[in-house]
Amino acid sequence: MKRVYPREEVCIGCRLCEVHCKVEHSRSKDVVKAFKREQSVARVRVQENGPLSFALQCRHCPEPYCVYSCLTGAMHRDPGSGVVKHDPDRCVGCWTCVLVCPFGVLVRDVANHRIGPKCDLCPDRAVPACVANCPNEALVYAEEA
Amino acid sequence: MPKYVIIGNSAGGIGAVEAIRQVDSEGPIAIVSDEPYPAYSRPMISEYLSGETSLERMLFRPRDFYRANGVDTIFGKKVSGIDTKESLVKFANGDTLRYEKLLVATGGVPFVPKTEGGDREGVFTFTTLRDANLISSKLENARSAVVIGGGLIGISVTQALVKRDIDVTIVELKDRILNVLLDEEASRIAGQAVLKAGVKIVTNSTVKQITGQPFAEQAVRSVILDNGDEVRCDLVVMAIGVMPRLDAVADSGIKANRGIVVDRYMTTSVPNVYACGDVAEAYDYVLGINRLTPIWPNAYIGGRIAGFNMAGLETEYAGGTAMNSMNYFGLAIVSAGLVTADGQPDCETLYHLNSETNVYRKVILRDGRIVGMAFVNDIDKSGIVYGLMRDGIDVGSFKRALIGDDFALISLPKDLRKERFGISLDSPLYGDQEDLVEELVLE
Repeated sequence: MKRVYPREEVCIGCRLCEVHCKVEHSRSKDVVKAFKREQSVARVRVQENGPLSFALQCRHCPEPYCVYSCLTGAMHRDPGSGVVKHDPDRCVGCWTCVLVCPFGVLVRDVANHRIGPKCDLCPDRAVPACVANCPNEALVYAEEA
Repeated sequence: MPKYVIIGNSAGGIGAVEAIRQVDSEGPIAIVSDEPYPAYSRPMISEYLSGETSLERMLFRPRDFYRANGVDTIFGKKVSGIDTKESLVKFANGDTLRYEKLLVATGGVPFVPKTEGGDREGVFTFTTLRDANLISSKLENARSAVVIGGGLIGISVTQALVKRDIDVTIVELKDRILNVLLDEEASRIAGQAVLKAGVKIVTNSTVKQITGQPFAEQAVRSVILDNGDEVRCDLVVMAIGVMPRLDAVADSGIKANRGIVVDRYMTTSVPNVYACGDVAEAYDYVLGINRLTPIWPNAYIGGRIAGFNMAGLETEYAGGTAMNSMNYFGLAIVSAGLVTADGQPDCETLYHLNSETNVYRKVILRDGRIVGMAFVNDIDKSGIVYGLMRDGIDVGSFKRALIGDDFALISLPKDLRKERFGISLDSPLYGDQEDLVEELVLE
């Protein structure tokens, strides 16, 4: 399956990927409303360490330990697309998936006792919003790297 | 006749069904359980007892799981034995079921020590939905409870009882709660949180007797501790631990020590019979030996490996280890592998403790590899550490970063980071800065 790969050598840390992710996953699809009214959450996050930066989101692992370890069945893999999905209604916030995610991408929504929104690879788009809108092509959507 | 028979309808059994169906879409599967309902999330019985979740939300898989996967369900029926010579599962009512491939995923049973008065009404265990229902029905007329055992089951039932406004006293044999899973520091932080919730903890203590009401002998009145102290209570929960549930394999010829012994393909000593989960002694990659690690994820993954092998796709079990995430009393704690380096030669312990915020991070290394870890309150990046431990990665060159405040994937050396992204060395995505500058200039 296609996955998003970061090119850290050309990432300038502008965080436009985060902005476009928030907008894409908002109801309004409007940047101002997404930020101000909906408090839409970015599912991709830029990491920085001095001059180095790259964007990271769920890797949709071929062996998704989060799915294998989920106590409730909330974390699951779509059999058709291979996308790792999370059903917040079935999540109780045990954080077992946090312990087994080798990329540390899952975010705890402590107040609501569940995992926060995660990358869904933008099911309504041919290319995920973070990749399509990266100004420096620092994210690549490809079968393999 | 089913090709695949699975005894046990929980994490291991479901893991096996899903793996079998990835390989063999048609071979008939039968799943057997003495519980009368579809698979549910056993660890969620705490949320169920506290009233925070419903039965519907406890279902481990969607309602149509069995039909969609072509699984014949034999629920509410108890297995009495296995005839491995004739390849037959025998039921208590005399029925039999022939198998080609059999998975024993019978799980565990609570360990209940013989205690005077232990047969009174109001003495419970806490591992099944039935237990949760029995306790729940008792709570209307109850104000206080004694929980015997300060391990994971004890703490989870305590949290549920506290949420139901019950006064709880935990009686713990050792000198601290969660002592099997956590080191002294993490255990101390957990203990503080439990006490803050109004729970009493009595350590270095056991219950020697459960007394009855003067005019209703069968009803619980109190427990008497080994030092003679009496603790009044309306109910008692025995939460000492679980043991492999071996009754089905007795006299079957299937080799068992404390649990059923399986190889790296989850095969037992008897051909065509597999085992996984709490009933099995499977490979632990940290200790390098087979042992019981009765936790949900290991049961699912072990069942998955068993399922592949049962369906003819030879797959090796990478192994599992003790691994737990605890989210009780407002604390987030994860731990995996060795709890302490005490008594372990050649081990090195690195830790960070902020005694104001109770943020605690610890890793135990041996020969540059992680063999144990514990994170308290700041657990968000613990998965990266766990992944490095599981994959046996040499972390010697950046070991200090593992316990740092800003540890993240970006803290890993570049080659390792790329490898974990699945970017190969000869990939065009593996350029260094100069190559890319050149490429951009040429354009």
